[in-house]
Amino acid sequence: MKKVVLKVKNLNVKLDNEEIIKNLSFEVEEGDVLTILGPNGAGKTVLLKTLLGILPYKGKIEWQKDVRIGYVPQRLPFIKDIPMSVEEFFLLKTALKETKEILKLVGFEEDILNKKLGELSSGQFQRILVAWALTKDPNVLLFDEPTTGIDIGGEKTIYSLLSKLKEEKNLTILLVTHDLSVVFKFSNFVVCLNKCPICQGVPKEVLTPQILYKLYKEEVKFYSHHKHYSWEKEEIK
Amino acid sequence: MGKGGDKMNQLLLSLITGIFIGAASGYLGTLMLSKRMALTAGPLGHLTLPGIALALIYGFDVSLGAFPFVILGILLIWIFEIKTKLPMEALTAIVFALGVAIAFLFLPIEQAEVALVGDITKVGVYETTITVVLCLLIFFIIKKIYPKMVLINVSEDLAKADKINIKKYNLIYLLTIAIIVALGVKMVGGLLTAALVAIPASASRNLSKNLSQYTFLATFFGAISPSLGILIFKFTNFPAGPLIIIINALIFLISVVFKR
Repeated sequence: MKKVVLKVKNLNVKLDNEEIIKNLSFEVEEGDVLTILGPNGAGKTVLLKTLLGILPYKGKIEWQKDVRIGYVPQRLPFIKDIPMSVEEFFLLKTALKETKEILKLVGFEEDILNKKLGELSSGQFQRILVAWALTKDPNVLLFDEPTTGIDIGGEKTIYSLLSKLKEEKNLTILLVTHDLSVVFKFSNFVVCLNKCPICQGVPKEVLTPQILYKLYKEEVKFYSHHKHYSWEKEEIK
Repeated sequence: MGKGGDKMNQLLLSLITGIFIGAASGYLGTLMLSKRMALTAGPLGHLTLPGIALALIYGFDVSLGAFPFVILGILLIWIFEIKTKLPMEALTAIVFALGVAIAFLFLPIEQAEVALVGDITKVGVYETTITVVLCLLIFFIIKKIYPKMVLINVSEDLAKADKINIKKYNLIYLLTIAIIVALGVKMVGGLLTAALVAIPASASRNLSKNLSQYTFLATFFGAISPSLGILIFKFTNFPAGPLIIIINALIFLISVVFKR
């Protein structure tokens, strides 16, 4: 039997007197790729932050004992205010040796170390954030998908990369997205959220048109028609 | 020792005091700027005015007079930040006005200049020693907390996810600000302290590609402006405090021209 990495029971999150997440329960097993799916403002990022222990909550969040979490935030709006090289950003958390290994793993050459963070493209910056989260050998990765600002082709690459990393490092991944194609192709479990939990299970089984309509209301047409990149497993290699 | 020797010694003491305070302020300023708090030193400086006034009336060290008032200011910031969601400008306006208003209730007008724009051209050996020791301490502390503070400035969420005790680091950081402001008012007075931390860091940010350049240049600019300011005072007799700030501003203007 697989180990349970995370158990969430009756989770409620209230921020500034507004209920953001109501009565959410789910479990994550080792090696799962769990997607948290929902429209903008559904509480997805809040859920990730709550799981990280950043936000106050009611209910139960139980992580497996030896869990080491790597967190990829959606964006870091203030980072460009500080002149900082890629190397210096990593040295805030780890040593140079590990930095070099991990940068190689996510596909960077060593010359990236001296680049200023502000000079990176949004796609490169996102890969840097993934690499940063992977330092200190995490066994769980929490990935918050940026909704805007990734250069064309960037999103496809990041999911190929995550899939490769998952295999190589035996990661359990919790992933926030509003993007259906990512859910079907990349994850084996989905939690649909629009403040209240809407559904959960294997994506192909639970994501029926009725459920999607309930989740997104009018938005569903937009998402299914406009986001159709071809993510293929072959591309990883 | 003759009168010329005394003058030389006085110049040396002023230079040492100025360089240490300037350098430490410049270094700390890099953290304050990246936390978007560079101007906080402003209201804190203004709030020290009543303390400076007391020191001038009763004849003790202005930094000593200023210190309790900075601590009061920092407590105010803490309470403001925790209890209300008012923006920093509101705090600036309130604290600024309060500090100046109270000080002018009892500040002897002939000593207003020293209170407002400082004077380090008469510092003694004792004051200089204390200043040097405090500045070295500040350097050491900031260097210690720097990586964690940068991470907190980049993203509190990332820092929390990394199990960093943000409150602890912020408190240490605020204490270093308190000491720097108390020392800064001695050099440039209650009105100009924000410039000591804000300008060298801003100039440095214009020119730097990475953190080590950023901190080095800010410290360097912080040290060079009091040196030049005090020397120009020596020849022109304009007050040193404003001269220091004007040189700081000139460095900033030059940095704008060479901005990367």
